Amino acid sequence: MAIELKMPALSPTMEEGTLAKWLVKEGDTVKSGDILAEIETDKATMEFEAVDEGTIGQILIAEGTDNVKVGTVIATIKAEGDSDEAPTPAQAAAPEPKAEAPAPAPAASPAPAPAAEKPAATERASDPAIPEGTAMTKITVREALRDAMAEEMRKDDRVFVMGEEVAEYQGAYKVTQGLLDEFGAQRVVDTPITEYGFAGLGTGAAMGGLRPIIEFMTFNFAMQAIDHIINSAAKTNYMSGGQMRCPIVFRGPNGAAARVGAQHSQNYAPWYASVPGLIVIAPYDAADAKGLLKAAIRTEDPVVFLENELLYGRSFDVPEVEDFVLPIGKARIMREGRDVTIVSYSIGVGLALEAADQLAGEGIDAEVIDLRTLRPLDTVTVLASLKKTNHLVIVEEGWPTCSIASELAMVAMEHGFDDLDAPVMRVCNEDVPLPYAHNLEKLALIDTPRVVAAVKAVRNRA
Amino acid sequence: MAKAPARKAAAPKQTASTPAPATNRESPRDPASYDASSEELEKFYREMLLIRRFEEKAGQLYGLGLIGGFCHLYIGQEAVAVGLQSALDGDKDSVITGYRDHGHMLAYGIDPKVIMAELTGRAAGISRGKGGSMHMFSVEHKFYGGHGIVGAQVSLGTGLAFAHKYRGDGGVAMAYFGDGASNQGQVYESFNMAELWKLPIIFVIENNQYAMGTSVNRSSAEDQLYRRGESFRIPGMQVDGMDVLAVRGAAEAALEWVRAGKGPVLMELKTYRYRGHSMSDPAKYRSREEVQAVRDKSDAIEHLKKLMIDAGITEDKLKDIDKEIRAIVADSADFAESAPEPELHELYTDVLVEQY
Repeated sequence: MAIELKMPALSPTMEEGTLAKWLVKEGDTVKSGDILAEIETDKATMEFEAVDEGTIGQILIAEGTDNVKVGTVIATIKAEGDSDEAPTPAQAAAPEPKAEAPAPAPAASPAPAPAAEKPAATERASDPAIPEGTAMTKITVREALRDAMAEEMRKDDRVFVMGEEVAEYQGAYKVTQGLLDEFGAQRVVDTPITEYGFAGLGTGAAMGGLRPIIEFMTFNFAMQAIDHIINSAAKTNYMSGGQMRCPIVFRGPNGAAARVGAQHSQNYAPWYASVPGLIVIAPYDAADAKGLLKAAIRTEDPVVFLENELLYGRSFDVPEVEDFVLPIGKARIMREGRDVTIVSYSIGVGLALEAADQLAGEGIDAEVIDLRTLRPLDTVTVLASLKKTNHLVIVEEGWPTCSIASELAMVAMEHGFDDLDAPVMRVCNEDVPLPYAHNLEKLALIDTPRVVAAVKAVRNRA
Repeated sequence: MAKAPARKAAAPKQTASTPAPATNRESPRDPASYDASSEELEKFYREMLLIRRFEEKAGQLYGLGLIGGFCHLYIGQEAVAVGLQSALDGDKDSVITGYRDHGHMLAYGIDPKVIMAELTGRAAGISRGKGGSMHMFSVEHKFYGGHGIVGAQVSLGTGLAFAHKYRGDGGVAMAYFGDGASNQGQVYESFNMAELWKLPIIFVIENNQYAMGTSVNRSSAEDQLYRRGESFRIPGMQVDGMDVLAVRGAAEAALEWVRAGKGPVLMELKTYRYRGHSMSDPAKYRSREEVQAVRDKSDAIEHLKKLMIDAGITEDKLKDIDKEIRAIVADSADFAESAPEPELHELYTDVLVEQY
């Protein structure tokens, strides 16, 4: 039976081409891999190889023909033992050529259908009830993070910590203090200075069934490793159709510290929070740091866990309950109020709370929400608060452009427009690399007076 | 080029200017060509032929517009994946590679239908149509992809090796990458950690001579790539990647070393790809004569065919195998063309594992 040779698509975008030159003639014997013709695409001249063996039957499109549509039959090949019968449409069951191939689904339906088909949100998780009378212990954020790791390592021997200076040095910021003594060098692993390498190694170990906690000395250094966080860790489950899990935690300090200059002072939350496939957590106080890091270690999904160096030494109450785990994806109302909603995360929450105290003295009752998880973002809690207060201010220790603040402002536009009595305002760092000089650094970073001023401004616009 | 004989680590190419570094370090034993039974020869032949016919069919389906995007064919390199993977223990060893991954999956015995259906973007594809040519995985077979970022699989593979050692499961990771990837920085970060921690991993450089359009000589200060691990004390082997028995023999020597807890081995497999880097590569950086010369003189399948005939396997038997393989490939193509595309709701599945 004769085989039809069709005008091939030689690039992802080719629809037609020029049949520049035939390198075989009718009656020639060809075998797999022989070059049959040269075809010019809009980008290059390509060689067209034989796939099947046989004899060239008819050449149907002459050389020099322009605008030959992909899929057009250009020649036939008679396979070994074929008679000279007229060419039959060999691959009767063969599908139509590219031009008529099934169109990609989204293009087929102009209506914004996909959103409607999104799976409905499941029942919302909430923080575990803390029984009345539960004792509270004041510990630092640093200790809370360490305790979270230690508890999970005791519970699950697949969990290990890896990073620069995490073991013998006891942590560059002492977050991993004591872990080497308790768990040994197999599970608390000092790495060379090799962020890209150990982020990839950790990701591979997670794919191979372990539960790595990868510490970056700061998230500024994770820029060397961001390819593995995004391309390897975040996307593989999707690309594999759900086969390849990557349960890993990337953690370390993020955001501005003090007087360390532009390269060591950046908030990467919006970067990571923009990536589907990642969980992004940025806690403020010690209880959230502990409960959410434990949840991060347990979840099957890859987590970016953003800490803050300036918070490590601050002490907060942590409930003395066995196995204190908090839900991922749930904001926390830090202070209830009626007049304005102040939303923040990480170190900004402290400023928002201070501002709320000051504003209370001036008769403005502010509600303060700590997002805690930045992806998935708890828009339900934010919008419910907005519905009550009708005013929204977002406080973010980070650049304003393409920030969590700009995302939340859009959420308010899309889903809370009718609840807004005034435009949303944001309090963000100045849009410059962070300077070293004390006065300039102070000027660049957000502070409580700016939050107070923003709240007064939205109230006055009402 | 492709016919370079397998060389042992301590005896690199003899040239006047670069004597072999003097060393009394222990190194893996000299590899010997594998002594295959005629059943094994036949098995290798089937697997290599399956890869070649499968890839030819994939090229054809690409031309028909049934396969989209980037599609990197393995034609010419078949002996590498078949020879190496035949030496692994499928129950405990793991494999990872880059985007030119169809051959490795076929060599692992993964059903050609689900691979082809992935290429055509169908729900029955091994990644449910969401990965495509470059992103295929089979956790069941300990095949961890299928990665599109050049060199990423080397660090990820080092992580697989770390997991083997951490669990003490006796497994070895094999990380394949190309001559192009061998210039990526993370490869050396991984070499350092792998040797430092004596991780059970074989780094496999499939040197097909061209990183897309740039030849090894134009991109590599040290073009004897098996020496790229020397400053990390990783022993290297250079192997004729067009001879499946040489490949298998070298794999056994490497595995002995790694399984004995002596750390990684770097294998450079000298091979050649007959097709362009991807389907849309016009391959103007090399002459047609160069490609033809390799096909005529060094083709891995032709070489194996000769060995089989010498071993008393008849031409008729070979023809039967050819027919059988063609039928398997035709079936996989039919399946891949007729299987339905993913349901639209699949757009939103598998982004995250858990619900929050």
